[in-house]
Amino acid sequence: MAAPSETAHLKAEAMIHGALAPSDYLVVAPVAVCFLFGAVLLMVRKRVDWHPWLAIPGFALLLAVDVMLLLKVVADGPQTMMMGAWKPPFGIAFTVDMLGALFVATAGFVALAAAIHATLSMSLVERRYGFFPFMFLMMGGVSGAFLTGDIFNLYVWFEVLLIGSFGLLILGSEHEQLDGATKYCFLNLVATTLFLITTGYLYGLFGTLNMADIAQKAGRLEDDGAMLTIAVLYLVAFGMKAAAFPLNYWLPASYHTPRFVVSALFAGLLTKVGVYALIRVLLMLFPPQHAELATLIAWVAALTMLVGAFGALAQSDLRRLLNYFVIAGIGTILAGLALAGDGGAAEPSIIATAASAATAAPADAAAAPLLPGSGPLVVGLSGAVFYALHSIVVMTALYLAGGTASRVAGSSSLVVMGGLWRARPGLAALMLVFLFAVSGLPPFSGFWPKVILVRGAFGAGLPWLGAVILVTGFLMTIASARVFALAFWRNAPEPAAAGPGAGNAPARFDPKGEASPVAAMLPLVLLAAFVVAAGVFPQWLASLTDEAARGVVDPAAYLGSVFGGGGS
Amino acid sequence: METALSFVVGCLFAVALYLLLSKHIIRMLLGVVLLGNAVNILIFTAGRVSSVAPPLVPEGAKAPLDAVANPLPQALILTAIVISFSFFAFLLVLAYRAYQDLGTDDTDEMRVAEPENDGLPPLGY
Repeated sequence: MAAPSETAHLKAEAMIHGALAPSDYLVVAPVAVCFLFGAVLLMVRKRVDWHPWLAIPGFALLLAVDVMLLLKVVADGPQTMMMGAWKPPFGIAFTVDMLGALFVATAGFVALAAAIHATLSMSLVERRYGFFPFMFLMMGGVSGAFLTGDIFNLYVWFEVLLIGSFGLLILGSEHEQLDGATKYCFLNLVATTLFLITTGYLYGLFGTLNMADIAQKAGRLEDDGAMLTIAVLYLVAFGMKAAAFPLNYWLPASYHTPRFVVSALFAGLLTKVGVYALIRVLLMLFPPQHAELATLIAWVAALTMLVGAFGALAQSDLRRLLNYFVIAGIGTILAGLALAGDGGAAEPSIIATAASAATAAPADAAAAPLLPGSGPLVVGLSGAVFYALHSIVVMTALYLAGGTASRVAGSSSLVVMGGLWRARPGLAALMLVFLFAVSGLPPFSGFWPKVILVRGAFGAGLPWLGAVILVTGFLMTIASARVFALAFWRNAPEPAAAGPGAGNAPARFDPKGEASPVAAMLPLVLLAAFVVAAGVFPQWLASLTDEAARGVVDPAAYLGSVFGGGGS
Repeated sequence: METALSFVVGCLFAVALYLLLSKHIIRMLLGVVLLGNAVNILIFTAGRVSSVAPPLVPEGAKAPLDAVANPLPQALILTAIVISFSFFAFLLVLAYRAYQDLGTDDTDEMRVAEPENDGLPPLGY
């Protein structure tokens, strides 16, 4: 055994010294807030009437913490906190860069909106099963996945959010839900097991689980196929999580079965966690392997988009139609990851260029020269991140608005719905905004990322991928128009005229559980404000996503945050 | 030892995949258990098993001198075992409830959430 003085010396070598400033704890605060409130809500589980009064301040606090973290990252660059003060790469790192901060802030935003909606739309009986505690636990998992800098830790966060989502999915235990949950649970479990296998292989190859350390070492190892194997396995595992084309069948089987507000959270967040992990692992850890896989990703993206668009066209139920919108959105995001690009000069996205011109700060653009050859990659990734953030907000909003519409109409079947324009004009206007946004029509948030992606696809020599994005947008416009025309514009059909799909309107659409129409609109107005703001003033968001994309493609700042600072 | 365990892992994966391809939930459950164990043994094997030397670094050295078993994969497996155990417990209850409520454990007949012949959406109004 080492002598006491030697132990102290070894400790000095292995651990970080000096107390952390309170602001450093921001990095873990989103996870801590979620688990704290989740635990408190579990303790008061018998007082269901207290839950919303604890949960809404909790989610407001979560959003505040997320936004503070984002502002800190904008101001100071990536932040790292080492668990137990062990120096990297030995301790588990929580590292938040622009990409993670943007995702976690958007997640906090939609969680708050969903919590308000749940308070107003869920009866006490439904909350008895523990909606809010599960939601906090799931948000803890989602936040942890966005913030962690350790790949095994990422696996653990996936499992945390998965078990929370299982609980939310079967809340109510209706036949439909048990059916959907069975498929969801099995397929997601297989996907996380695949993730675990791959992480085992990765540890065998690199001897480290710290993402920054892997990114450093990946450049130095010569590739004998093992790294490509790992990259492909990660692509399959995260593709399954994200519901990319050949592995997307669990999503339309399950996402429409729980309560609307649960579907809204799932559609907004869970698939995007898969996309985030894909970006983090493929683009930051394995760039050469990503370049080799780019063609495959392009095909997967195109087929995912088309499956989503055609699937949406074929649905007669609003909720199942929205399921396919989620898939089409995932395809569009993946298209941004496919632009590895063999061609083209470095070309910053048009919006960010306009922004830097508008703010007359050309020095910034000159100070951050793009990596040679990474032009289309950065453009595509920036568009993908922009689209992912838009998709988180707009898919949540669509499910929430669809839920309110279904409660008013008494059904979610497009055969039965109707007359909502007359009954609820405000809801109809908001729904129109969200439908425009999800189809990618201006002046809403879906338009600009699609412009970036289409331009990027043409610039990267993949014109067919750009064409698929446009065709998908066109098909989704048709599907959206059908929703609006049938559910909102036409007069409510006679009950007798309703077709065979009309019979399955369960009691869950009981309008009694609903609060006042005005109050139920509050979360939708919040979300619509983002959709409009990001559509009319896209510069601020585009410059942030550009920075996020650059930070992933050239992770020098990320590595510096883990190994450089660290407080030693 | 590692060679033998590699074969065990391969067999477990094959059996697990075969069972997961079944359309009966009960077989899929067994497949999930075997898949989880296959992964655990895989990671365990990758971290070396044959050495009986404790993973201690001798005084003055920076790394262990012999090939000792790496303790980190064992810690990873410990986490994974706990997670897969709790998930399996959840899946068992879920499958049982689904069997009770839907009256079948055949996934082809579980069409409540996605009914057959759902019909096209109205094409005009």
